[in-house]
Amino acid sequence: MVITVDIIILIFMILGALWAVMTRSLLRSAIALAFTSAVLSVLMFKLNAPLAAVFELSVCTGLISVLFISTISLTHPLTWEEIFQHMRERHKRFKYLPFIIVAVGIGLSMVSVKLNLPLPAPETNNDMRIVLWNLRRLDVIGQVVILLCGVFGVVILFKDEDKK
Amino acid sequence: MNPQVLGIFWPFGVFMIMLSVIGIYCMLLTYNLVRVLIGLELLIKAATLLVLTVGYCNGHIAQAQALVVTFIVIEVVVMTVAVGVVLGIRSHNGSLDVRKIRNLKG
Repeated sequence: MVITVDIIILIFMILGALWAVMTRSLLRSAIALAFTSAVLSVLMFKLNAPLAAVFELSVCTGLISVLFISTISLTHPLTWEEIFQHMRERHKRFKYLPFIIVAVGIGLSMVSVKLNLPLPAPETNNDMRIVLWNLRRLDVIGQVVILLCGVFGVVILFKDEDKK
Repeated sequence: MNPQVLGIFWPFGVFMIMLSVIGIYCMLLTYNLVRVLIGLELLIKAATLLVLTVGYCNGHIAQAQALVVTFIVIEVVVMTVAVGVVLGIRSHNGSLDVRKIRNLKG
């Protein structure tokens, strides 16, 4: 029963991803991506990962959608003529995608996998905060460094050229 | 691997591969730079789902969560810088179409 609910949620996630890729409006595409992220965060809750789910919901669904929507609003909209031409081109390129996805899904679900990998010892520490701050301290330092790199990168990219 | 664990992992694995195929297809066939970023985002989501599922099946969900939080931070930074690059390309070339970006041709 539980796995059936999971599969229904997974199907919703794939439908959201297909909508994000196949819709012709960029704005709808960004909204579909946010929907996919939201469904993924529900899956994370179901996989006993509530903190990762909250991060996914707030950051990926919220912040990245805002980023994409701001980018789309900063670029100029297409004319109607360009939109119709673009629609025809897109339809030609993307019409095979749903069939490919269905074929991949059916093909993979028919494969019987037999992995004989030994499972590691069960986890002794179940608290994610202790793991992140004590066992994976280097990851936190790496996150800080990457955030600083991103901030400096954006500052350089949007530097005012008039000052030169 | 325990058949019961494999029974949990394999449905998630199938959908993870389908999500990866959608992301790769989008990145390969689109001409719009924003859509390339959307494809990249879908690929990152597939990787996130894989890490969490493996952590759940192995019983190491706390380590998987810590790794996913790191993934999300890196994802946001990559997307922010990529959006900045896309906006810079648009201001230089006047278009987001990859076919019109010929500055480095040859």
